[in-house]
Amino acid sequence: MHGSERRPTGWLSWLGTTDHKKIGIMYLVSTFVFFLIGGVQALVMRLQLAQADNTLVDPQTYNGLVSMHGTTMIFLFVVPVFAGFANYLVPLMLGARDMAFPRLNALSFWLLLFGGIAFYVSVFFQPPTAGWTSYTPLSDDAYLPEGGIDAWIILIHLTGLSSIVGAVNFIATIHNMRAPGMGWGRMPLFVWTILGYSYLIVLALPAIAAAVTMLLTDRHFGTAFFDPTAGGDPMLWQHLFWFFGHPEVYIMILPAFGIISEIFPVFARKPIFGYKAIAASTVAIAFYGMLVWAHHMFTTPQPTVVLAIFAISSFVVAVPTGVKIFNWLATLWRGTIVFKTPLYFAAGLISMFVIGGISGVILAVFPVDWQLHDTYFVVAHIHYVLFGGSVFGIFAGIYYWFPKITGRMLSEGLGKLSFWTMLVGFNLTFLIQHSMGLSGMPRRIYRYPETGGWEGWNLISTIGSFLLGIGVMITVYNIVVSLRKGQRAGNDPWKANTLEWFTQSPPPVNNFDVVPRVRSVEPMRDIRNEVQKTGKPAGSVAQPVA
Amino acid sequence: MIRRRLRPLRPDPRPGGLLTLVLLGAWMVLLVAAPGALADVFTPESDSGSPNAEGIDTLYKIVFALGIVVFLGVEIALAYTLIKYRMKRRSPAPAQIRGNTPLEIGWTAAAAGLLVIIATVMFVMLGDIKNPVSSAPGGLPLGSAVTQFASTDQPAPPSGKSLEIEVNGQQYLWRYDYPGEERLFSYHDLVVPFDTTVTLKITSQDVVHSWWIPDLGGKMDAMPGHENETWFRIPSPADGKERSFLGECAELCGEGHADHYTRVRALPPAQYEAWAARQAEAIREAQEQLAESRRAREAAEPTSTEIGGGEGS
Repeated sequence: MHGSERRPTGWLSWLGTTDHKKIGIMYLVSTFVFFLIGGVQALVMRLQLAQADNTLVDPQTYNGLVSMHGTTMIFLFVVPVFAGFANYLVPLMLGARDMAFPRLNALSFWLLLFGGIAFYVSVFFQPPTAGWTSYTPLSDDAYLPEGGIDAWIILIHLTGLSSIVGAVNFIATIHNMRAPGMGWGRMPLFVWTILGYSYLIVLALPAIAAAVTMLLTDRHFGTAFFDPTAGGDPMLWQHLFWFFGHPEVYIMILPAFGIISEIFPVFARKPIFGYKAIAASTVAIAFYGMLVWAHHMFTTPQPTVVLAIFAISSFVVAVPTGVKIFNWLATLWRGTIVFKTPLYFAAGLISMFVIGGISGVILAVFPVDWQLHDTYFVVAHIHYVLFGGSVFGIFAGIYYWFPKITGRMLSEGLGKLSFWTMLVGFNLTFLIQHSMGLSGMPRRIYRYPETGGWEGWNLISTIGSFLLGIGVMITVYNIVVSLRKGQRAGNDPWKANTLEWFTQSPPPVNNFDVVPRVRSVEPMRDIRNEVQKTGKPAGSVAQPVA
Repeated sequence: MIRRRLRPLRPDPRPGGLLTLVLLGAWMVLLVAAPGALADVFTPESDSGSPNAEGIDTLYKIVFALGIVVFLGVEIALAYTLIKYRMKRRSPAPAQIRGNTPLEIGWTAAAAGLLVIIATVMFVMLGDIKNPVSSAPGGLPLGSAVTQFASTDQPAPPSGKSLEIEVNGQQYLWRYDYPGEERLFSYHDLVVPFDTTVTLKITSQDVVHSWWIPDLGGKMDAMPGHENETWFRIPSPADGKERSFLGECAELCGEGHADHYTRVRALPPAQYEAWAARQAEAIREAQEQLAESRRAREAAEPTSTEIGGGEGS
């Protein structure tokens, strides 16, 4: 039925494609490559820190690694990898045949890729060395005249534009292209989180676009927005940066919450507990996430009342996050839990993210933050949130949707091996970093003296990071092998709930020959039950004559 | 019918849910393997006995204890659920529960309640950490009252007196300017008397730095164009001997960031005064020598005055 038009093949078909699935795959593959590059940078840093007074890299190389690692992981991996998942899955989950604006969709991918390339070209002259936060005045031309900061500014502009264009597309698609019968109360929770993700991007990213434009003119055209010697103010940079930077954290975690909200009901054989509460908490997190930015600035010169307000708003945002965790636990409770790799990673997310959530509340207590700010305690905190939370969610998503995307199953044995290696490696790397921070080790130092008593802890952390790297590579190997040799998946290998499992694996270009009518939060389960009851094929029960 | 449907998904022989055990195991390994002071594994530094550092330490311990309760609650509930409800041969089809409004309202309120408790504790303890205390008996007698600054609203100590130091962060050193009639400053080392409330006015002359001695309480950013404040008071030790506390810049400030150290040396007040007199004398002598050598140079090469005029001004 969808053979009437010949499918284009070959690598040229990828260059010009506007198919949301191909664009989604390009997003997923290229962001994963950036993830591996950022990971190698992290391992070099861990090697440098394995010993006191190590001389593996010089200070500016180390500062370059710090900046490249943070920027890569945030702007070129975690944020866009979710755009990749969303590109592939949102139209399928909604029962749509593509995104609302397919050509805009292609534009947002290519902006991302060229943003990344423009940034990495700086490696050949002088990479940025002011951290992923590029605090002024350090990032002004007076202190870092090299082109690295400019490459960073271009990256922020291109990836930011990519994200905004993509977000507008998701918003239009989600509002307008849901299958018949799919009201807001029947939309998959992953799609809810992508809606939150998209609105946050549209609201938060213009702030950093403005900030880096001002930095660019400060550096090259003689303005002084951030230059205190000419009446500017470095505080302005920090406010603008974090007005974007904290919503960015929720941009990076909400879709991971969405992924595991899809996974738990499928593998517990039980509906999600409190659908409305989870959807509402997504909206609440997105809203309050806009109001907490200055908790990154508790040690800057500000009146106490400002600190108090941002501490309280940070406490408030912890409530809907806690609600989600309770709802996931209740979904598993009294279920029939099938232990497949996606479930391992999803459960791993809960158990690791809760540590990051608790350390986040500790850091929101601002007098305590005066001690812990800019130490390894914060490094540990962000990695429990962004690795223990986001990356475990991403891996859960890879294992869950790989069969749909490729038509083949990933190896369960390798998947579980990868999970346990990553879990142990991750905790070895980052748990001890809380203690390093508590005992006074600042972030972003390329060396530390033997006298501080930090050497043993750093060595443990380095060993853990390599174990973590091995765990990631096991999944890479799994993907490469399973692409050709994996067991055939069929349309619906997990007995799942949402519409992407209604079509073939991989789905045809037009996604659906029949767009099903949606009658509940679990349309695919309804179809399966109907098939079982009536014995008719899925295509004919999906859209019964009204 | 149900069993047939589920057949491809066999129960796993090695059920998960050992996350908590793995975590606790990792902690144990770390505790055994970790060198250095084990006391600092769980809590911030506060060895100086400065009241603000001790206040932060206490506040941290309270929040940390509550956090551990939440952590154990979630991890145990997760592990128990995963193990107990894993799919077995004879697992019945699970009850299709979609929610429970009173339960959900209950745990939302519980989470909110816990955070209200943390916020309350924070505000109760805030004053002891933020507001300088008066000097203890035996501290340096201070003459003039301190001025108060608007930027961070740190109040003056109740006695109205403190040793007020101007801290200036630079790539990559710290300069300290002391109060008094005579010109007195030092680089790298801040020298202070025991039992005396020391208030700091912190700024920077180039990029953002952060002044931090972990044992003396919280850090404060040194930001060009702004003045930040903090304080400490180091109690006199039993043996009355000098104590010193090391710290490191906490905000990435460039190539030399990792070597941007500073140190606070605390002395008995009498020794502090002796040091201050020596240091002021040394500064005066150095200035005089400088002036001397300039005069000598000018005398030797009279024309250089004209050329070097711009330089000297």
